[in-house]
Amino acid sequence: MADDSPNRAAPGRPVLSLRGVSKNFGAVSALTDIELDVHAGEVVALVGDNGAGKSTLVKLLAGVHQPTSGTITFDGKPVTLPNPAAALDLGIATVFQDLALCENLDVVANIFLGRELSPLRLDEVAMEVRAWTLLNELSARIPSVRDVVASLSGGQRQTVAIARSLLLDPKLIMLDEPTAALGVAQTAEVLNLIERVRDRGHAVIMISHNMEDVRAVADRIVVLRLGRNNGVFHPDSSNQELVAAITGATENAVSRRAGRRQAEQAAQESP
Amino acid sequence: MTTPLLDRADVRVTHAEGVAGTVRAFVDRVRSGDLGSLPVLVGLVLIWGVFTALNPVFMSPDNLVNLLFDCSTVGVISLGIVCVLMVGQIDLSVGSMSGFASAMVGMLWVNQDWPLLPAIAAALAVGAAVGAVYALLLNRLGMPSFVATLSGLLAILGLQLYVLGTSGSINLPYGSAMVDFGQQRVIAAGVAHLLALVPGAAMLAIGLRTRARRMAAHLSAASVGGIVTRCVLVSALFELIVAYLNRGRGVPLMFGVFLALAAAMDYALTRTRWGRSMNAVGGNREAARRAGIAVDRIYLSAFMLCATLAAFGGVLSAARLASASQQAGTGDVNLNAIAAAVIGGTSLFGGRGSAYSAVLGVIVIQSIASGLTLLNLSSSLRFMITGAVLAIAVIVDSLARQSRVSHGRA
Repeated sequence: MADDSPNRAAPGRPVLSLRGVSKNFGAVSALTDIELDVHAGEVVALVGDNGAGKSTLVKLLAGVHQPTSGTITFDGKPVTLPNPAAALDLGIATVFQDLALCENLDVVANIFLGRELSPLRLDEVAMEVRAWTLLNELSARIPSVRDVVASLSGGQRQTVAIARSLLLDPKLIMLDEPTAALGVAQTAEVLNLIERVRDRGHAVIMISHNMEDVRAVADRIVVLRLGRNNGVFHPDSSNQELVAAITGATENAVSRRAGRRQAEQAAQESP
Repeated sequence: MTTPLLDRADVRVTHAEGVAGTVRAFVDRVRSGDLGSLPVLVGLVLIWGVFTALNPVFMSPDNLVNLLFDCSTVGVISLGIVCVLMVGQIDLSVGSMSGFASAMVGMLWVNQDWPLLPAIAAALAVGAAVGAVYALLLNRLGMPSFVATLSGLLAILGLQLYVLGTSGSINLPYGSAMVDFGQQRVIAAGVAHLLALVPGAAMLAIGLRTRARRMAAHLSAASVGGIVTRCVLVSALFELIVAYLNRGRGVPLMFGVFLALAAAMDYALTRTRWGRSMNAVGGNREAARRAGIAVDRIYLSAFMLCATLAAFGGVLSAARLASASQQAGTGDVNLNAIAAAVIGGTSLFGGRGSAYSAVLGVIVIQSIASGLTLLNLSSSLRFMITGAVLAIAVIVDSLARQSRVSHGRA
């Protein structure tokens, strides 16, 4: 999509706003009163400890789960996301942590799943060419797009999942732990890719445990803790602040460990 | 050196070049558990060899023609089973459905004096409705198809007995077009020879067109020699079969209809978005849902197609037997149809299979039945042997699946 496309949200305009979104699984409140704004041309990193509700939030926005209460506004209009197809149609693409690929189908079939060209007479040649183009843009190392996904490594599957999310040129792309299974070069490629997507005016939500990756690309860092908002940070805020917000205390395992190492170093330096 | 083709840029991948490479790739694929239709072809040759040795009549053209008549009825039901197995579900009521459909045609056409075609259409519509009910039970209530169709088996059998009433059977008039179609009608010898050329010609045309398009798109493509060789081999094989069958009565028209249905189903499963979605739902239901596929509609189409084809199979078997009776669709029809699909290579685990597996599988099943009948063996032995063959087929499927997983080809 070209930059002057009418579909594109004006820079800085909020693409997505969540107000008071909650999600209960039985007695468990996975998310409580979540507020989140994502603007066009912005990368928002979603960080938090295990069980903070990051993946649940992504699944709500992808239409996999439905919120218990709260409103979701997308592109200025309040929307409901009753199923994944609705989210995809709005222009919300998701790369799930558990990838969600069909192992019995080949790479081309997975990338175009549900979006095949000419439904009554599949255009395999055009789909294969487009698949190679997408994968080459990602500098992917896929040996053959006609192999079934079962024969690919974790990193290769990640690349296929990302390529699939880019197929429709979405307005908002959500990546759940996109670099967890990737090698050094591919991690850099994915980060480059995220920046390229942002520079094209799309909004990006990225979940990561890797603070280095988060600082490298994020424009804002939203911290979740136990299913609630726990602060918004700039990428240049200190590690200590972030860790404190994630774990909920300035006194925590990470700070104690850092303190102990500082003390050891001090002891070594003063004989 | 020219720039590498789009899909041949990665140096780590070996590509089959020439005849030796193609053979080696095939051996590798089989060893890793990607068996395709190889086990069923080997099994078929074994079965035919044994039965011919025991009774040479088995391979006579007339016996084979009879065999193909019998194949068509169960084969059509088996095509529907391929559909539901594809999405990882099962329909255990296809036997009852076929029996009920034959009873309906008997009642409407013979007893109520409906014209033939509307009677058949009504039977097919009831089949579609039954399939829709199964899909509804699965989608809305989460009722496993195993249980839903098991109760359907009983309920539909009850309907069949109710429709047939006290008489217990309705004879279809001999000499009518329907009975003629089921018992006598063969494709004229010349026409059969012409039709036998169609698959090869289609392979040639599609192969050359795909090759041209792939080369234009800078992708690797099959060699012209390979395409022509395959086309010639396939055409020669079909011509030989037709020539042999023409020494007997000829190729049954009913079998021609069955093959045409199988070809249409194969196209739908491999070359359309619907078929791709069927494969995806069978392979990973949640992934298919997240890709935006309406999983419940796919289930609906699979169950409706299966029950409709079962009803059509019932109509064909009524034509074959010239009657609609209480016995129609009972006994081994159900399991033969399911066994045929599985023996042909459609996986019980979902996401793997093809329409042609029903064709191959039903020929195996009917060969066993026909061979054992020629040997004058009792039906007790027939059941045991068919059961053993089904068990072997499922064991091969399970072992191949484990091997595929460990070789990364699942």
